[in-house]
Amino acid sequence: MAVAALVVLVPMLAATLLAAWSPLAPRRSSLLGLAPAMACVVLAAMLLGHSVGRRQIVWFSGWHPRGGAAIGIDFAVDPIGAGLALFVAVLALVAFVLAARLIVEKSLLFDALVLLFVAGMLGFCLSGDVFNMFVFFELMSVAGYVLVGYEIRHRAPLEGSLTFAVTNTVGSILFLFGIALVYGTSGALNLAQIGRALHDRPLDLAVILGFALIAVGLLIKAAVVPFHLWTADAYAVATTPVCILLAGAFSELGLYGLMRIYWAAFHGVLGRHDAELRAVLVVAGALTAVLAATMCMLQHHLKRMLAFATIAQVGLFLIGLGLLSADGVAGTAIWIVGDGVTKAALFAIVGLVEHRHGSLTEGRLRGVARSSWPLGVLFAIGALTIASLPPTGSFLGRSLVEDAALKADGYRWVPVLMAAVTAVIAGTLLRAGVRVFAGWGARAGEDPYDADERDDERAPRSGAVLLTVASGLLAAAIGWGVVPGLRTAVARAAAVFVDTGGYGASVLGGVSPVVVVPELKAPGTTGLLYAGASLAGALIIATFGLLGFGRRPPQAARVVIATLRAIHSGRPTDYVAWTATGAAALCGVLAVVLR
Amino acid sequence: MLAYVVAVWLLIVGLYGVLTSRHLVHMVLCLTVTQASTYVLLVAIGYRAGGRAPVFADLAPGTPVVDPIVQALTLTDVVVEATVTAVLLALTVQVATRFGTVDPDELGALRG
Repeated sequence: MAVAALVVLVPMLAATLLAAWSPLAPRRSSLLGLAPAMACVVLAAMLLGHSVGRRQIVWFSGWHPRGGAAIGIDFAVDPIGAGLALFVAVLALVAFVLAARLIVEKSLLFDALVLLFVAGMLGFCLSGDVFNMFVFFELMSVAGYVLVGYEIRHRAPLEGSLTFAVTNTVGSILFLFGIALVYGTSGALNLAQIGRALHDRPLDLAVILGFALIAVGLLIKAAVVPFHLWTADAYAVATTPVCILLAGAFSELGLYGLMRIYWAAFHGVLGRHDAELRAVLVVAGALTAVLAATMCMLQHHLKRMLAFATIAQVGLFLIGLGLLSADGVAGTAIWIVGDGVTKAALFAIVGLVEHRHGSLTEGRLRGVARSSWPLGVLFAIGALTIASLPPTGSFLGRSLVEDAALKADGYRWVPVLMAAVTAVIAGTLLRAGVRVFAGWGARAGEDPYDADERDDERAPRSGAVLLTVASGLLAAAIGWGVVPGLRTAVARAAAVFVDTGGYGASVLGGVSPVVVVPELKAPGTTGLLYAGASLAGALIIATFGLLGFGRRPPQAARVVIATLRAIHSGRPTDYVAWTATGAAALCGVLAVVLR
Repeated sequence: MLAYVVAVWLLIVGLYGVLTSRHLVHMVLCLTVTQASTYVLLVAIGYRAGGRAPVFADLAPGTPVVDPIVQALTLTDVVVEATVTAVLLALTVQVATRFGTVDPDELGALRG
């Protein structure tokens, strides 16, 4: 019982202590954050162990529900929530190991901020109360703003942090507005109780708008089109350890929050309109994936490329979760972990390149990293993993999502789209990797981002630690796909996650319905075919890129590219305009289709 | 009813202010205006006609009171928002010293 509370309390307390001690500490005492991060990993693993088989409900200060009404505030922990918490904790540990090597100006305040960031994310995974989710969400956001702008001497991190903060503040205001509307109609903040209260009422506009605004707030965090504009600016300028947490877990938490709130609180009242909601979510995911993959292909700045790759992947995850089925949730959960680990490895490699050669653009780095070819090999493996190289976890997860899409009526196009999008991302990364680590191919094209370079004092350190971390992460990404019994365990966890009635019963009391565990087949010929198509596509796109095809695109394409680039203008005012338009559009669409 | 209109009005007018802003401090203040819409909305939701403040020390049980939960939410949110505003203003100061401008439209080293 106490474990669930400790998972959040330990990093929070450690952050407070480190922050208080930082003025007295020597400037480079870099390993202090590791101990609490390790404690988080152990506690989250214990929590995951406890939550298998039975949801862990913790009522703080013993305020148990009376007569089916929640009075206190709870953590409701199921295997998906606890698993995500464990994943976040592991990424945090990796981030601390890398931070000790990669961050030039590191004080204890950095460790304290990362721990606060992590505490917010962990609390968000476990919370069973929508207002507490909001507070944890704000905690991680504020820590995130500061972490992105950590290298404040430079222009880009400062701007990235500012746009990130402005856009996400608008998001959290809309999120809270939605919570207020839901509280006004249901009289509850506890997810289970909202679910029960709404179930007995007719579906009115206030409920739909409340749900829509909550969705907007969380989709801004998740970086779904048109709310994604801040993401590349923030992820491309953050320091590498922070990038790992942002790209690996932060965006995905937005999707997790949306799905948790939907399944625990809104499924009862919106369940009749599953088909319409599915269409909205899947189309939003598809648009995000296509747009971000296109933007990814246009980049020559390695971190920005990875940032757009992350956005595209988030779009694909939204498709998987938006299918609103247990199979979709299971496949996406496996995929998110596999992808997060891979992306962490790629960011670590890019971070080392930046550290050694002081640049991040493909053009300037052409061939300079030839001496560190082992990194290049790892980078290529990572890129191919994104194109779901069997037997990695990404391959397993993606083929499970494909199966889920093929089962749903009218979504047979989803696997094709997924293959195309992953091929474009992986091909772009391969192209960049070959240019940087082998020096082959035509010169990279112009990039408006070229001008901004770091002038950090570079510490000539051995890359041994980073090389070990990156290979370990990639080994984990591959091993994740072949963990025995993983499919069965995740299928069960997903079935529990989507079990609205069971959630309500274990939080507020009552009879739980029987959980229907989906049977997930091992990836078969179809899965291998789609993966093969992805890999082949990636190699073709990489080759075309290296041969310099598309250097002089036709006029029409040039107009489209110029428009896309212009939309990603880097100005917070434009981003807020897009966000407001998107929010209005989503509210309008949901109000029409869900009535 | 009027309170709900005011909440929506604050939301819209605040967002309009943010996206037409030409000064970062103005932009941060517009964000706090937008945030104020949620305060008004929350307090309006908890309002009961003729209700007293929910302090039962000198009230007989059964007296109608306004909803204390939304007031707690508002208070929490004020604290959260103060933090965000402080971070944003700190960033503004940094932008002013490093770039010599506070016009958000002159930013944009990151584009494309």
